[in-house]
Amino acid sequence: MEVSDPDAIVNVEGLSITYRTVYGNLQALNTVDLKIKRGESVAIVGESGSGKSTLGLAIVKLLAPNAYYTKGRLLLDGRDITKLSNRQVSLLRGSTAFMIFQDPLNTLNPVKRVDVQMLEAIRSRLKQKGETFNEEAAYQEAIDKLKDVRMPDADSIIRRYPHQLSGGQIQRVVIAMGLLMKPKLMIADEPTSALDVTVQAQVLDLMRELQQEFHMSIIFITHDINVAHSISDRMVVMYAGEVSEASPADVLVKKALHPYSQALIASIPTTSKKEGQLNAIAGSPPDMISPPKGCRFHPRCPFVMDICSRESPRTVTKDESDVRCYLYG
Amino acid sequence: MDEPIVKTIGLKKYFRAGKSGLLNRIFRQEPPLVKAVDNVSIEVQSGEVLGLVGESGCGKTTLGRLISTLETPTDGEIFFTGQKVTRGNWKAIRRQLQMVFQNPYESLDPRQSIKSIVTEPLLKLGFSKAEREAQFEKVMSAVGLDQNFAQRRPKDLSGGQRQRVAVARSIVSTPKFIVLDEPTSALDASVQSQVLNLLVGLRNDFNFSYIVITHNIAVARFISDRIATMYAGQVVELGPTDMVLKDPKHPYTQALLKSVPTLEIKRVEPPHGEVPSLINLPSGCRFHTRCPYVMEKCKTQDPEMRKVGDVNVACWLY
Ligand SMILES: Nc1ncnc2c1ncn2[C@@H]1O[C@H](COP(=O)(O)OP(=O)(O)OP(=O)(O)O)[C@@H](O)[C@H]1O
Ligand SMILES: Nc1ncnc2c1ncn2[C@@H]1O[C@H](COP(=O)(O)OP(=O)(O)OP(=O)(O)O)[C@@H](O)[C@H]1O
Ligand SMILES: [Mg+2]
Ligand SMILES: [Mg+2]
Repeated sequence: MEVSDPDAIVNVEGLSITYRTVYGNLQALNTVDLKIKRGESVAIVGESGSGKSTLGLAIVKLLAPNAYYTKGRLLLDGRDITKLSNRQVSLLRGSTAFMIFQDPLNTLNPVKRVDVQMLEAIRSRLKQKGETFNEEAAYQEAIDKLKDVRMPDADSIIRRYPHQLSGGQIQRVVIAMGLLMKPKLMIADEPTSALDVTVQAQVLDLMRELQQEFHMSIIFITHDINVAHSISDRMVVMYAGEVSEASPADVLVKKALHPYSQALIASIPTTSKKEGQLNAIAGSPPDMISPPKGCRFHPRCPFVMDICSRESPRTVTKDESDVRCYLYG
Repeated sequence: MDEPIVKTIGLKKYFRAGKSGLLNRIFRQEPPLVKAVDNVSIEVQSGEVLGLVGESGCGKTTLGRLISTLETPTDGEIFFTGQKVTRGNWKAIRRQLQMVFQNPYESLDPRQSIKSIVTEPLLKLGFSKAEREAQFEKVMSAVGLDQNFAQRRPKDLSGGQRQRVAVARSIVSTPKFIVLDEPTSALDASVQSQVLNLLVGLRNDFNFSYIVITHNIAVARFISDRIATMYAGQVVELGPTDMVLKDPKHPYTQALLKSVPTLEIKRVEPPHGEVPSLINLPSGCRFHTRCPYVMEKCKTQDPEMRKVGDVNVACWLY
C-alpha cells in the first residue's frame, strides 16, 4: 500500500514526463511537485507550451501514446497511477477525477447527439455508485444541468450534434457533464476560454458551489490571471516544464516572487494601441527539446546571475510561497 | 472616403435546428429556426480594426463566417471593397481574405506538417518554394515559434502553439483583411501581447483590416478602433472603443463590462434572468427580459439603431 497524505487528493512528487518524437525527446515536465488538498482549488497559469495540459493529462493518465513517465510519483486519491493498469485507472476517471479537456471536442464525440452523450455520463456515474438508471430522470437532470450553465434553448441544444453549437455552447456542454459527475477532483483545462464574461462568472460560481458542498477539489488551468485568482485558493506558475512558483492566490497577484511570474503579470493588457505596444517578455520562448541549461528562464531573466546558467535552482520556501529561483537562496 | 473593405446590409443567417423527420413532414411542421444572425449591417474601413464582443452563442462566429464567404446568407448583402459578393465571385474574393477559426484543434489539418499548413495560402497563390520558405521563417518567429516546428504535426502541439500556427497561416499571404475569431484565447499574457503587437504592426505597416471576435475585453480595448456589441443575433451597440468602454450606452454592454473579473474584485455580479432563446426570440427588445431599466414599450417594440453622440445604440432609453 502507498504511504500517502490522506488530506491530499493529488500528490505529485518530482514528476518528469518526456514526449518521444522523430525530432528528439521533448521534456515536457521536469521534476514537478504539486500537492492538492481535498476541497482545495488550485489554478495553474504559465507560458503557452509550458506543460500545463500535460500535467493535467498525466494525473488522469490520458497522455498521448508517445508520452513517458520518466521520473517521480503521482498519487491520485492515494494511489500511484503510474503503477496502475489502464483498466484500473479508467475506474477512477469520472467519479474520482473528471477532466475537461482544452479541446472540448476531445470530450465530446462529434457524431453523437448531446443527449446521448450526457445520458452516457449519468449512466456511468450511477453504475460506479451502484445506483439504478432511470432514463426519464436522467434526461431531466441533463436538461437541468444545461440550464445551470446558462444554456439557452436547452431542449433544442440537447438534441443537436456538437457541430451545430457555438464554441461557448460546446464548452458549456462539457462543463455540464463535469458537474453531473460530481467528481472528487475536477481538472478543468481552459474551460471558460470561449465563454463571455457573464456566463463565465456563472460557471465559476457553480464550481465554487460544488467545491463547498461536496468538498470537490479543483485544478483550473487558465491563461487568464484574473480568472485564476478569482477561482483559486492557490496559484501555480509554470515555465518550460517546471513549476516556477506556487503561492496563495492573493499573495501571488500582489507579491509575485519569481521573475517569470512578475513578468507574466506585467504583460496583462490594460491599454489601447494608441498608447503604444503591450509588454511582452523579451527573448524567445525556450526550445523544449534542448532547453537552456541551469534555470530555464535565465536567458530572458532581467535579474540573471552567474549561477543561474550553470545549475538548476531548487525550490525554496519564502514566507507563504514556494519558489524556484536563486534570488531567494 | 474610400469604399469600406467590408460592408454588410441586413445580413441574416437562420439555421434549421435538427432534420425534418417523417412526422414533421406529414404534419407540415418545419423544424425550428435558429436565428443566429438577424439583420446585421456593419462596415469595416480599410486599415480599421472592429472588435466584436457579445454573449456566447449570440452569432459572432456565424457573422464572421458569413463575411468570410464560408456560409451562405439567408438574406442580406455583403460587399467586399465595394463589390457585391455573389455566387459567381466568392471564390475570387475568398482569396483576398483569411479567417482564424475559434477552435485551433479543428481547423488545422492533422495529417499535414506545420510548414505545409502555414504556407498553403502561398502555394495557392503560386509563390515559389524559396519564397515560401522565407515567408514561413518570418511569420513563425513573429508568433514566437521556432523553426523546429516545421516538420511537427498539429497533434504534437499545445493549444496555444496551435493557435499561433493558425495566426501565422492567416498573415502569411498578407491578405489585407482577416476575421480573427478568439485569436488569443489560448495564449498566456506575454505571448498574447506579442501576437497583438504583431497584428497592430501589420495594420500600421501594410494597412491590414481586421474583425476581431473576443470575449476578452482587455484585448478588445487594445486592438479595436471601434467596438460592436452583439446580443441574440443583432448588433446592439457600435461606436469608438474608448466611448463604448468608458460610457457604455446599451444595458447589455453595461452588464458585460460589469462582469469582467479584475484582481481587485474576486466575485462579479453577472446579469440576472434567462439567456434569450434564438428560436423563440423575446418580443420587442431582445434584452428586455433581463434589462434593469425595462419599460412597457420595450416588451412590444423592437428598438432600431440610433445615433447617440458618436455611438449607435438600439435601446429605447435613448
Ligand atoms: N503528443 C506530443 N508530442 C510531442 N510534443 C508534445 C505533444 N504534446 C505536447 N507536446 C509539447 O509539449 C509541451 C507542453 O505541452 P502542453 O500541451 O502541456 O502545454 P500547455 O502548457 O498546456 O500549453 P498551452 O497553454 O499552449 O495549451 C509543448 O512544447 C508541446 O509542443
Ligand atoms: N449548424 C448549426 N445548426 C443549428 N444551429 C447552429 C448551427 N451553428 C450555430 N448554431 C447556433 O447559432 C447560434 C450562433 O452561433 P455562433 O457560433 O455564431 O455563436 P458565437 O457568438 O460565436 O458564440 P461563442 O461565443 O459561444 O463562440 C448559436 O445559438 C448556435 O447554437
Ligand atoms: Mg494546454
Ligand atoms: Mg464563436
